[in-house]
Amino acid sequence: MTLEKLIFYMLAAVIIAAAMMVVTRRNPVHSALFLILAFVACSGVWMLAEAEFLAIVLVLVYVGAVMVLFLFVLMMLDIDIAVLRAGFIKMLPLGVIMAIAMAAELILIVGPGNFGLEQYAAPVRHAADYSNTEEIGSVLYTVYMYPFEIAAVILLVAIIAAIGLTMRKRPDTKYIDPASQVLVKRGDRVRMVSMDAEKG
Amino acid sequence: MENIYLTIVLVPLIGAIIAGFFGGTIGRKGAHWVASGGVGISTLLSLFVLKRFMFDGEAVFNGSVYTWMVSDGLHMEVGFLVDQLTAVMISVVTFVSFCVHIYTIGYMADDEHNWPKTSLAGRNSYQRFFSYISLFTFSMLMLVMSNNFMQLFFGWEAVGLVSYLLIGFWSVRPTAIFANLKAFLVNRVGDFGFILGIAAIAMYTNSLDYAEVFAKAPGLADTQIQIWGDSSWSLMSVIGILLFIGAMGKSAQVPLHVWLPDSMEGPTPISALIHAATMVTAGIFMVARMSPLYELSETALSFVLIIGATTAFFTGLIGIVQNDIKRVVAYSTLSQLGYMMVALGASAYAAGIFHLMTHAFFKALLFLAAGSVIIGMHHDQDIRNMGGIRKYMPITYWTSLVGSLALIGFPGFSGFFSKDAIIEAVHHSSITGSGYAYVLVVAGVFVTALYSFRMFFLVFHGEGPRDEHAKAHLHETPKVVTVPLILLAIPSVFLGYLTIGPMLFGDWFKGVLHVLPEHDTLGHIGENFHGAGAFVLHAVYSPALYLALGGLFVAWFVYMKNPAIADKIKGTLSPVYNLLDKKYWFDEVYQTVFATGSRGLGKFLWLAGDRGLIDGLAVNGSAHSVGWLASVVRHVQTGYLYHYAIAMILGLLLLLTWFVFV
Amino acid sequence: MIALSDYLILGAILFAISIAGIFINRKNVIVLLMCVELMLLAVNINFVAFSHFLGDSAGQVFVFFILTVAAAEAAIGLAILVVLFRSKQSINVEDMDALKG
Repeated sequence: MTLEKLIFYMLAAVIIAAAMMVVTRRNPVHSALFLILAFVACSGVWMLAEAEFLAIVLVLVYVGAVMVLFLFVLMMLDIDIAVLRAGFIKMLPLGVIMAIAMAAELILIVGPGNFGLEQYAAPVRHAADYSNTEEIGSVLYTVYMYPFEIAAVILLVAIIAAIGLTMRKRPDTKYIDPASQVLVKRGDRVRMVSMDAEKG
Repeated sequence: MENIYLTIVLVPLIGAIIAGFFGGTIGRKGAHWVASGGVGISTLLSLFVLKRFMFDGEAVFNGSVYTWMVSDGLHMEVGFLVDQLTAVMISVVTFVSFCVHIYTIGYMADDEHNWPKTSLAGRNSYQRFFSYISLFTFSMLMLVMSNNFMQLFFGWEAVGLVSYLLIGFWSVRPTAIFANLKAFLVNRVGDFGFILGIAAIAMYTNSLDYAEVFAKAPGLADTQIQIWGDSSWSLMSVIGILLFIGAMGKSAQVPLHVWLPDSMEGPTPISALIHAATMVTAGIFMVARMSPLYELSETALSFVLIIGATTAFFTGLIGIVQNDIKRVVAYSTLSQLGYMMVALGASAYAAGIFHLMTHAFFKALLFLAAGSVIIGMHHDQDIRNMGGIRKYMPITYWTSLVGSLALIGFPGFSGFFSKDAIIEAVHHSSITGSGYAYVLVVAGVFVTALYSFRMFFLVFHGEGPRDEHAKAHLHETPKVVTVPLILLAIPSVFLGYLTIGPMLFGDWFKGVLHVLPEHDTLGHIGENFHGAGAFVLHAVYSPALYLALGGLFVAWFVYMKNPAIADKIKGTLSPVYNLLDKKYWFDEVYQTVFATGSRGLGKFLWLAGDRGLIDGLAVNGSAHSVGWLASVVRHVQTGYLYHYAIAMILGLLLLLTWFVFV
Repeated sequence: MIALSDYLILGAILFAISIAGIFINRKNVIVLLMCVELMLLAVNINFVAFSHFLGDSAGQVFVFFILTVAAAEAAIGLAILVVLFRSKQSINVEDMDALKG
């Protein structure tokens, strides 16, 4: 067993354990944190597969942005965990059976019989000065130009949608309107009242 | 010449359009001038064409003027075939039509009285009437001048349509509506056969053009076709009989004759124009035109002969018991149409056309005279209320006498020549049924004389009208009525004498009507023909003359000399009288079997098919079943996210399982 | 050497776990969203592995796009969640049955 293999199995074990924790923890905050662990370990696996750029992106985007967003929302919302956990035990056997059946069938297909080293020989390692980022960039900005731009637009739409959905006007917020302050007339502020002088 | 032919056809159409669409603008005077003027022009041109054919040896014109469409080699065209037969037909049609136009000016003069005050249909009815009769003339001309079956069918249907409009002209009268519906439906039955016949011709010759069809017909003479099962039929017999079914509808032959007597609900000019002189002769004309086809099938000829003879005799019998003046004439028309059919069936096409021509004049005359009497009697049509009118209406009286004598075939009058020729032709014919036909047509002569003069005596002789009021107002009708009577009386007397030679035994129809040598009965008679005068003298040796005179005498004796006998006979022979009075129960049978039957069938189909099957099962049923299905299926939609997720995952698992293990 | 099947089996197990997660956390929307992220991760692992073994960078480009879409999805999903919580004071899936037939 080479060092490489050892690292892979360790990382895989971490991913699977973390994933187990994600789906079984009582507290969603813990789930989110374990999910971060799974992502980080996964980025290590991707490093082994020479996808360095994506490994970094996964950590930056997922761990740095998406998961923080998750945690942020979790903290913000006052969630009654007890209610949400109801039926957890009841559904557990069915969930496990389904998962095992699914995993068994998938492994039957993708197992060593079909995708082992005999069928797919391990690729030759790239040289030390090889840049994965450069390679992805060279196809992303040429062959996948349009999908790339569409992805950019999707992100823009997601930003607008998220803001549009969550924004609300609070009636009790106090704020000033400089435009109306500038346009104000004397008549709006002062009322002339004529009244008789008090008779002594 | 082509321009002349086009003008003959189109001028009445233009007249009809102007009188019909702009009747309100041009007024009554404008309408009758436009319509009569148009038909007048057509009449003059038709007579010119006839003259060219008679004296100048005009060549036959056969050409198309407009191609409507071409479908798979089948040309649908508007074209004219003008030969001697057409020349005779257009002259008769336009001349009679012209007389009727003029007569209508008088007859319809106070048509307002026939409409309720508030009726919208009554507005401009006078102009509309002129529009219709001009349109009718156009349709009839299209029919007789056609050189192909498409146009023939167009004209055929167009005269049917106009006759429908005209019979129901007084559309506020329920009887008129009933009559025009009846005429229309009975004609549809005939037209169904007709269009099947045309379809058969188009199918086997792939052409609608007369000349092409006639050229190909002898090659198909021995063709046998299977209609249903294994029974094989001679193609020519099938075509001949199918076309003749059309003619039975249009020319009112038994058993499709029932519409014609009822059509007397229309104004009298129409009865004269359509139901005596022209439209009903369309069937006769058609059979004569199709002589190259009919000659190829003795079966079809026998069929024509037997139907014609049956019509000739039995409808004549009904005429004896009718009391409505127009109905008597109508039954006489039926009977005379039967004579023409008999002539056609005996292959004496020329005799049929000859009788058609003479009959057109004297029957139009009789109808117009009847109309004149009706005007005089203030629209009372019952001959039992009339009598002694001779004193008050001399012109009507004398012209009616001429018409009646022509009708019964009194020697020297035009009807004599044509009818005797037919009887002789049948006598010499040898095809199946000719013996039966001969007996009936000869007996028919007696019947014709009896009903004609029964009516004549009851109307014009004897005691004056019973109603004193009517008597006081009785006087001769205006000139627009009497002039057409005189105009028609002249050919009724002389036409037969002048034309029998060339038309029947000369070369007039040579190359137009085809007769096989073995069927050539007229040629056989022609060998002994020594001029019209001799033909008249020869009548002394034939039974027809004595039968006619006998009928005349019986009519005089029973209805003038000793009126009591009539009632006595009626009493003694009450079953026969009833049979005739009820017209052999044709109307009743049709009413119960076909009318009620088809209404019942329609109602059944409406209830079971339309409401039950289509509305209930198909339309509402599918809506209901969708609603029911949805009400069941909607329970699947719980609205819970995880149910949908589980369903998706289960589906994925199944798909995967199938992928792995199958 | 690490075989392709090792990566794929890792992905398959990860996928199966997330399915089990969807079953057992059926009431908590936020954990459901996390399970979906986990599923996408499993798919991404497959893409990266195939890209590596076939020497085709298209697989990595695909992962790049999936990450993009997943980020957008998470942003909108959480925004919806916030709005939902604001109006219902709960993120219990059982409270959301407006589409019940």
